[in-house]
Amino acid sequence: MKKLIQALAAVLIVSFALLYIVSGLNSSQGYTSGNTLTIFNWGDYIDADLVDKFEQETGIKVIYETFDSNEAMMTKIEQGGTAYDIAVPSEYAIEKMKEEDLLLPVDHSKIPNLKYIDQRFMDLPFDSGNKYSIPYFWGTVGILYNTDILGDKKITSWNDLWNPEFKNQILLIDGAREVMGMGLNSLHYSLNDKNTDHLIEAKEKLDRLTPNIKAIVGDEIRMLMENDEAGIGVVWSGTAQELMWEKDNLEYVVPEEGSNLWFDNMVIPKTAKNPEAAHMFMNFILDPENAAQNTEYVGYSTPNQEALKYMDEETISDERFYPDEEMTARLEVYENLGKRMLAYYNELFLEFKMHKK
Amino acid sequence: MRTNSRNFYLIPYVLWIALFVVTPLLLVLYYSFFDIEGHFTLENYRKFFTPVYLKMTLSSFWYAFLITLFSLLIAYPTAYLLTKTKHKQLWLLLIILPSWINLLLKAYAFLGIFGTYGAANSFLEAMGIGGRQILFTDFSFIFVSVYIFLPFMILPIFNSLDELNPTLLDASNDLGGSSWVTFKRVIFPLTLDGVKAGCQIVFIPALSLFMLTRLIAGNRVITLGTAIEQHFLVTQDWGMGSTIAVFLIIAMVLIMVLTGRRKRGIL
Repeated sequence: MKKLIQALAAVLIVSFALLYIVSGLNSSQGYTSGNTLTIFNWGDYIDADLVDKFEQETGIKVIYETFDSNEAMMTKIEQGGTAYDIAVPSEYAIEKMKEEDLLLPVDHSKIPNLKYIDQRFMDLPFDSGNKYSIPYFWGTVGILYNTDILGDKKITSWNDLWNPEFKNQILLIDGAREVMGMGLNSLHYSLNDKNTDHLIEAKEKLDRLTPNIKAIVGDEIRMLMENDEAGIGVVWSGTAQELMWEKDNLEYVVPEEGSNLWFDNMVIPKTAKNPEAAHMFMNFILDPENAAQNTEYVGYSTPNQEALKYMDEETISDERFYPDEEMTARLEVYENLGKRMLAYYNELFLEFKMHKK
Repeated sequence: MRTNSRNFYLIPYVLWIALFVVTPLLLVLYYSFFDIEGHFTLENYRKFFTPVYLKMTLSSFWYAFLITLFSLLIAYPTAYLLTKTKHKQLWLLLIILPSWINLLLKAYAFLGIFGTYGAANSFLEAMGIGGRQILFTDFSFIFVSVYIFLPFMILPIFNSLDELNPTLLDASNDLGGSSWVTFKRVIFPLTLDGVKAGCQIVFIPALSLFMLTRLIAGNRVITLGTAIEQHFLVTQDWGMGSTIAVFLIIAMVLIMVLTGRRKRGIL
């Protein structure tokens, strides 16, 4: 009994000592409450040097965490374990978070740099008046292909992927909306189609693509394409741009039939502890020079008109990443489908994944 | 007085079990009766018996079976040889060591090894067999899973082999038993408990593997674990996710009962 109590006491003393040391370390580095900014962003979606620069300029300490899907991000914010000051959801997620009252309004007077944002990216249907969100990046979904592996075969449309010559060559991103959207687009239906017959038709068409599919993966797609593991990858435009900067044998195309146009905006979750710092950070990121630096690192397209002046001429004249009006007209933004329809999309996607070769 | 103090010691244990075992199980059961909009329904259970989920269940069991089988085939001889070595504990430590490394890191390492230009393919080419696709196949999935579960199979078998009284083997020998008969009639029955424990420890987690199905099998293998992950994180259909979990729990309980300890007939 005595030994047991001694052991318990020892454990408790060690735990409290550790707790004390950790809080001591945190405060010596400036991590006190009121002086930190917790950012929740997609993986590999910011130039880390900018975070350092922000810390130096403002004296605010940044805690940076990442997620890999809108849904995972929303689940975490809803449950409220960590109080995030900034999150970066995509448009349909913003719509949903607004509906569920998870966001704080943004005070535009605290973000003077907002004037640099191209008017095309302001006041969009998912957040009219930009009451809750400030543009961060935007881009498309398209096809990245390896010219060494495919030789002189060109890809211009979704339907090209069904070519039997591409047996076991395609990597898909593991997202129900992206893959189902690809099936719907290849049949010239809308990405937001809610017609069950159309959806089943799209799923059956995707089933026929199975022999060409090598794997359905997550963020690893970047590494796999980089290592010439497959000839074709269906990816987001920024992944493509980043890889194309590194490798000459990769080409990106936004398919003819149309594709997804998406926007990632910065928002302040309702649980935020330091909205003041969140506004400061938003303003900092919208500074044209910072935005240019961030864009050159991340590879997605910036909504910041003024930042384009600081960037490579070759990058911003590339229509695949800065599409003109004619191309934009073919692109569609995801709408919030509602829980039931989204569940149905996911169910079809699951069935498609189970379809054997 | 004595019973009182015994009950006193039980409190932390009971609290722990109630909070972290019983409550979560009840919650899973509770959630399984609600649809995506939060209405009470039995629809989830009906949905589980549609071909999609039944097929998924079958394939989960099939892969878990294969993983357990291959683990056992490799683990038993390994454990047997281990008991014969001089520095048993050192060898055992070396086998357990990889299980201290994070599962995800090991999976990423295999992405490199099994890749088109990875070490495995270079080796095959050097051998004159020629390169082939290893990653994203059933083979790579089972190989990596067996690699990961192997230490958990070896440990219980090693322990039961190690406890085996060597005089029993001498006795069998003296009475004219060949080494095969000794193995079949003496060694194996006496280490059966270790084999059962090993199979349980491997089969049950193998049934709900999910990260490896994406990383190593490229979502070409879909298990119940994958479906649960998707329902909780992506669809946010907690009801259906919980329903699958309920069936997994039932399956696990059945396996525990079937492979559970029986009264020993020998000794």
